[in-house]
Amino acid sequence: MPKPRTLFDKIWDAHVIAPQGEGTYLIYIDLHLIHEVTTPQAFEGLKLAGRGVRRPDKTIAVADHNIPTTNRAAGVAGIDEPDSLLQVQTLERNVKEFGVPYFPITSLDQGIVHVIGPEQGLSQPGMTIVCGDSHTATHGAMGALAFGIGTSEVEHVLATQTLIQAPAKNMLIKVEGGLGTGVSPKDVILAIIAKIGTAGGTGHVFEYAGSTFRDMSMEGRMTVCNMSIEAGARAGLVAPDDKTFAYMMGRPYAPKGAAWEQALAFWRTLPSDPGSTYDKEAHLSAADIAPHVTWGTNPEMAAPVTGRVPDPAQIDDPLRRAAVERALQYMQLSPNTRLEDVPVQRVFIGSCTNSRIEDLRAAAAIAQGRKVADGVTALVVPGSGHVKHQAEEEGLDRIFLEAGFEWRDAGCSMCMSMNNDKAMNGERVATTSNRNFEGRQGKNAKSHLMGPAMAAAAAVTGKLSDVRQLG
Amino acid sequence: MEKFTQLTGVAAPLPIVNLDTDKIFPAIYLKTIKRTGLAQWLFQEIRFRPDGSENPDFVLNQAPYRHAKILIGADNFGCGSSREHAPWALLDFGIRCVIAPSFADIFYNNCFKNGILPIAVPKEVCDELMEDAKKGANAVMSIDLESQTISRPDGEKVHFELDAFRKHCLLNGLDDIGLTEAKNADISSYEGKAQLERPWQFGLTQKASA
Ligand code: SF4
Repeated sequence: MPKPRTLFDKIWDAHVIAPQGEGTYLIYIDLHLIHEVTTPQAFEGLKLAGRGVRRPDKTIAVADHNIPTTNRAAGVAGIDEPDSLLQVQTLERNVKEFGVPYFPITSLDQGIVHVIGPEQGLSQPGMTIVCGDSHTATHGAMGALAFGIGTSEVEHVLATQTLIQAPAKNMLIKVEGGLGTGVSPKDVILAIIAKIGTAGGTGHVFEYAGSTFRDMSMEGRMTVCNMSIEAGARAGLVAPDDKTFAYMMGRPYAPKGAAWEQALAFWRTLPSDPGSTYDKEAHLSAADIAPHVTWGTNPEMAAPVTGRVPDPAQIDDPLRRAAVERALQYMQLSPNTRLEDVPVQRVFIGSCTNSRIEDLRAAAAIAQGRKVADGVTALVVPGSGHVKHQAEEEGLDRIFLEAGFEWRDAGCSMCMSMNNDKAMNGERVATTSNRNFEGRQGKNAKSHLMGPAMAAAAAVTGKLSDVRQLG
Repeated sequence: MEKFTQLTGVAAPLPIVNLDTDKIFPAIYLKTIKRTGLAQWLFQEIRFRPDGSENPDFVLNQAPYRHAKILIGADNFGCGSSREHAPWALLDFGIRCVIAPSFADIFYNNCFKNGILPIAVPKEVCDELMEDAKKGANAVMSIDLESQTISRPDGEKVHFELDAFRKHCLLNGLDDIGLTEAKNADISSYEGKAQLERPWQFGLTQKASA
């Protein structure tokens, strides 16, 4: 009997073109997503070497990081920062020159690269998907092997549609049981990262399994897979199932008719074989997961919102203690402070982690009939033009606007301070994004990661809050 | 890509666990469309004070370490964002080798593409090298890639592991793309087979307006 293979093993095996010697392989890439920040130097490299793009039909471009989230109708002319403008113009020039398909920023199709892949039906089960962006693991929710690469590798994929890679190890992340009231997929992934650490997955690909993920919506699975990199994993995967297929069906770039049937038959062969073994495992019980917030400067520095800021004096390892001391100094938090007593000045609901329609619905349910607290600026930034449109159809924009939130156009926005949206003067931010690194959301910005309903709760109370208390 | 054979230089101690690429190269400077001249923004937040002057406490602002060619780091070096600007900025500053107990995968990969040698050594070994690196002007180490050894300031040699393919590429300064292009026939035959098995994945993005 052949050895049982995991979902990762099956995708990997199907994409090996040739061994490269010494444990590395040349593998084929089915879909390459590109954006304005990590591609200018790659296209420049192609030009210098006189190379072209091998498969424009497997490449899609979009601008998301640099673009303003207001006045979208103005198009590229609406970008007022010269460097941002240059980067977007460079992308537009390159896609034209190399014949790469592109979603223009005035199009409804435009959005954050990791939101539009699944939304358009471009990201499909069993594919290898890459992007010059570490949150590419998001597409793993579709049952695709999706991972982030550097700019040299972007150039390599553009030129050859392949990558030189060593196979990853398999790690099973199993969570069983139903989520408690007010507990979201974001809390699940924050709890996983807090348990295994930011390097817990290094060299591994996660397979998220167990009833919690089976019962989770596709959008929830995307939130979880999105943050696989924050635990150091190369990628995160969820086995494709009927939910995946129902999600795919009818999307603009999904296969249709006979091709759909053929694809479906292939997709059904992908889940891990019974008896598959994993190099590493982590098990959690959903019942133990409470709404989480981060208190420090990397995503493993997280705790249930009902908890307290830790005391570095209790940490034995000197380097870890120094890291926590440094984090608390940056975050201006004293040990043992109740997390629910920490005030915020800014709230950001958006990013490739939590800007899909379900996220906006969850936030709107808390915002409805309430007001953003005095002294708090709160932004809601949909992940794509289509998400924005759908939210408006459902009246979510009215709920947010009436509550005093700002309602913006699609983009990365405040997730990373590359555009006009950033925290000012070291403000403290309740954010649904994925990284709380020093300075990421603005100079001295103090970021607390959490789910969308929790962020809305922080907006209306003006402090970190347990969404379960708001009902 | 510049070859990497031997390197001798000052090693700077940087004992920060989970040193992320946002810290190595802040997001706000990612707007550049160049890959050179990035050293000015390297470690921006910890290297400079808010008024733009140098922070004298930061190791790379101290006399012997200004010309460091080697960094001794801590666990999970280079985690976070995939930005290749991090190794580009290190290279531009003059760093050709980073030694740490463990690296984040993407950063590790990106180093090799730019002629930087990342060396993973066991924690106990790294602790000793960290102590060596604190010796200021005497913190001079040599790396020999061919024999896979680090020579400590006292002359003691430490062996390190590295996969043979990456070693070969670094030693010869090989361009990955050129190597892959030599396999064009393999790629084309794979594509032919894949197009039969998974035809719906071909022509995939063509519907979008170019
Ligand atoms: S939303 Fe944030 S994490 Fe996601 S792609 Fe944009 S900048 Fe990166």
